[in-house]
Amino acid sequence: MLYDFNILTDNIHQYLTGVLPPVWVMLVEMALVAVAFLTFFTLLGLSLVYIERKVSAFFQLRLGPMRVGFWGTAQTIADVIKLLFKESTMNKYADKFLFNLAPFIILTAAVMAVGAIPFANGLHALDFDIGILYVTAVSSIGVIGILLAGWSSNNKYSLIGAMRSGAQIVSYELSVGLSLLTIIVLTGSLQLSTIVESQANGWWIFKGHIPAVIAFIVFLIASTAETNRAPFDLAEAESELTAGFHTEYSGMKFSFFFLAEFANMFVVAAIGATVFFGGWMPFHIGNWAGFNAVMDYIPPVIWFFGKVSVIIFIMMWFRWTFPRLRIDQLLTLEWKYLLPINLVNILLMAFIALMGWHF
Amino acid sequence: MTNEELQTFISNLDSTAEFEEGPQYLNATIEASGLRKLAEELKNNDQTSFDYLFCLTGVDWPEFMTVVYHLKSTQHNHAVVIKAKTKDRENPNVDTVSDLWQTAEFHEREAYDFYGIIFNNHPDLRRIFLEDDREGWPMRKDFEDPINIIDY
Amino acid sequence: MEEVTSLESQEYFINMGPQHPSTHGVLRLLLSLDGEIIRKVEPHLGYIHRSIERMCEYDSYQQIVHLTDRMDYLSCHINNEAVCLGVEMGLEVEVPERVKVIRTIISELNRISSHQLWWGVMGMDLGAITSFLYGFRDREMITDIFEETCGARLTMNYNIPGGLMFDIHPNFQKRTKEFVEHFKKTLPEYDDLLSNNVIFRERTVGVGKISKEDAISFGCTGPTGRASGFSCDVRKHDPYSAYPQVDFKEILAEEGDCFARYKCRIDEMWESLSIIEQLIDNIPEGDYKVQTRAVIKLPAGEYYQKVETARGEFGVYIISNGAKSPYRLKFRSPGFSNLSALNKMAVGGKIADLVAIMSTIDLVIPDIDR
Repeated sequence: MLYDFNILTDNIHQYLTGVLPPVWVMLVEMALVAVAFLTFFTLLGLSLVYIERKVSAFFQLRLGPMRVGFWGTAQTIADVIKLLFKESTMNKYADKFLFNLAPFIILTAAVMAVGAIPFANGLHALDFDIGILYVTAVSSIGVIGILLAGWSSNNKYSLIGAMRSGAQIVSYELSVGLSLLTIIVLTGSLQLSTIVESQANGWWIFKGHIPAVIAFIVFLIASTAETNRAPFDLAEAESELTAGFHTEYSGMKFSFFFLAEFANMFVVAAIGATVFFGGWMPFHIGNWAGFNAVMDYIPPVIWFFGKVSVIIFIMMWFRWTFPRLRIDQLLTLEWKYLLPINLVNILLMAFIALMGWHF
Repeated sequence: MTNEELQTFISNLDSTAEFEEGPQYLNATIEASGLRKLAEELKNNDQTSFDYLFCLTGVDWPEFMTVVYHLKSTQHNHAVVIKAKTKDRENPNVDTVSDLWQTAEFHEREAYDFYGIIFNNHPDLRRIFLEDDREGWPMRKDFEDPINIIDY
Repeated sequence: MEEVTSLESQEYFINMGPQHPSTHGVLRLLLSLDGEIIRKVEPHLGYIHRSIERMCEYDSYQQIVHLTDRMDYLSCHINNEAVCLGVEMGLEVEVPERVKVIRTIISELNRISSHQLWWGVMGMDLGAITSFLYGFRDREMITDIFEETCGARLTMNYNIPGGLMFDIHPNFQKRTKEFVEHFKKTLPEYDDLLSNNVIFRERTVGVGKISKEDAISFGCTGPTGRASGFSCDVRKHDPYSAYPQVDFKEILAEEGDCFARYKCRIDEMWESLSIIEQLIDNIPEGDYKVQTRAVIKLPAGEYYQKVETARGEFGVYIISNGAKSPYRLKFRSPGFSNLSALNKMAVGGKIADLVAIMSTIDLVIPDIDR
């Protein structure tokens, strides 16, 4: 049977209650979780930047970073050091308070969303019964940070980028929510752990017939747009707006935007993996007990990160292949195509669920 | 039209025109005051229909300035060079042709920028390459810049 | 504090450039915008103006050749050729057949390399960064050939009045043939990556239209003009060098939008490949230059020589008074005339359209500023 991380956390909890008063137990546990998550977040940022650079390099017939460390593995650490030492410049006429606040809002939103994701059996910080709702809600707080950054920079390029981003994220939030809802119809629960448990006999993308596949494709497109990545990176649009909403940022504040982009990418990939590909659940087929037992030998953490990497790779593939859309085409795609498809799809899925045709 | 026919056509329009057969094109030198009438006719007459102005430039001669128009007809595939000779070298002025050939708007601004040739009725006659507050016309032969131009 | 009395929208201005990723140099555009929609584009030029025309009035004809490849550095060989042909016309020198053929081959290689760079940059302007590296992969082979031929990779100075500076390298034919073979395989990749992409089509089809009449009136030449149906290929209309003896099509399109301009350039690369193939095995034996006098003095008169560069019709207008330097020398640069049509093409579109239009006009700023 799969290892339950609850055993580990329970042990720690019992040990702490044995030696400390209850208030201190809570504080120590909070500190532990915070340290664990910040460490994870840093490692995530470092590795994703490296992966992105390598993936893009291989798409572009080159090697990417090779000098620092073995195959350039220490390149991102060197970059972080460089960013730490860079001067943090500011526009003279910028709104200083909002200008400094914006990167933190974006980063906080990303960290909060990561908190609710189940990495393995029992390995998550929070297990809300409205987990999906929480993640989608929290991850869209990030747009406030982008709007603030664009507004407070006192730069027209930034403002245009921020306004584009606002229109874009508000639109695509609909599609993300609706495509996830398509699967919620089957699970009947918004709790992420329950959604994972419900896929013990097969992942929803296989059990949910064609509507699940359509929902996944819509989710993939919409979530790429929501994370502001190419081909939907209109908020940055390097060739049009120089750098969009973060034109005026430098040094560490700029790298917060950078980090938040990668964290958001991880969040949407994790949600996609959890809802459509069973999260940490190994690949099971119905009641083939022997086959399922073999699959269980692979630890759930590896399953989870494997699935997430596949989705992240697909998103990188988009980025390094497609040209950028124009703002009106972007909105047309959402309101005229994705949204109607989604609504019909959800009806279809409801019908399938009612008739009990899904596996 | 052949060069001879063009020559008769132009001399009918402008009696002051002087002709010179270059190695490639027919050159017609006219007074700047007659340019506008001639240009309109060359552009709009069906026999000539010079619709493509491929080069416009100013030239500084010791006593006068010329604006040289290289014209070509995409329909009849003939070409002509019109040289409008200004009376005054210090304050040369010519009528604009930027409404006939839209590319002339930029080329005339260039000629103004370098030679100080005023194009009457030009919609937006400003310096195009040099800064707005620069003094002098740097392509004129008598322009002196002891720092940047080394005469030898 | 001003009181807001109505909710009418207001135009505002943006300075696009002189430092901007998609102006390809130091071009400054003053945009009047209504939200994202462009109301007016006003180019402000001259940030790298070097007054080459004035410099030429002090230089000998051999020296002028070296200035011309600093203008349109992507088609430097063709620019050099224009001056050389102009001077040869003045001197009434007939260059050997070998020179003509080699000049034509290198011109076409130069054209291909320019279009490759344009294609990569076009992709990058539209947000597809990968195309940039693809374009450079193939361009590298051409610059290697150039390096082996004359020692320089970008500003070559291979032409001199009366012929070429050196004879071709013994490997030249072999490597050019290798390149042609290689590029025939990789050019279809360009279509796979960009031309047939849905988003790319959405971004370019119907964007930045210009009619044939306007194209002629604005003097848009090269692929920019030909995409509107303006037959302006100098290689066809006023053939020079070895172009009379080769068989090639003039690429024309009717639509006049960004995609037509894009397609024209892609097709032109195929035509250039075919020209190179026809000539590469038929380089006649002979001298690689005609000995001219050390100080060239053109007979008094006026000489206008035009050639077809990668961007369009490039003209050299030489007025000579018999001295060792020209009395007046004017370069008719294709980019300058093409740029004058930018406002016409971009008005009514969005900022993103302007970027697409600018990359399909294929501006090279030193060519405009001279």
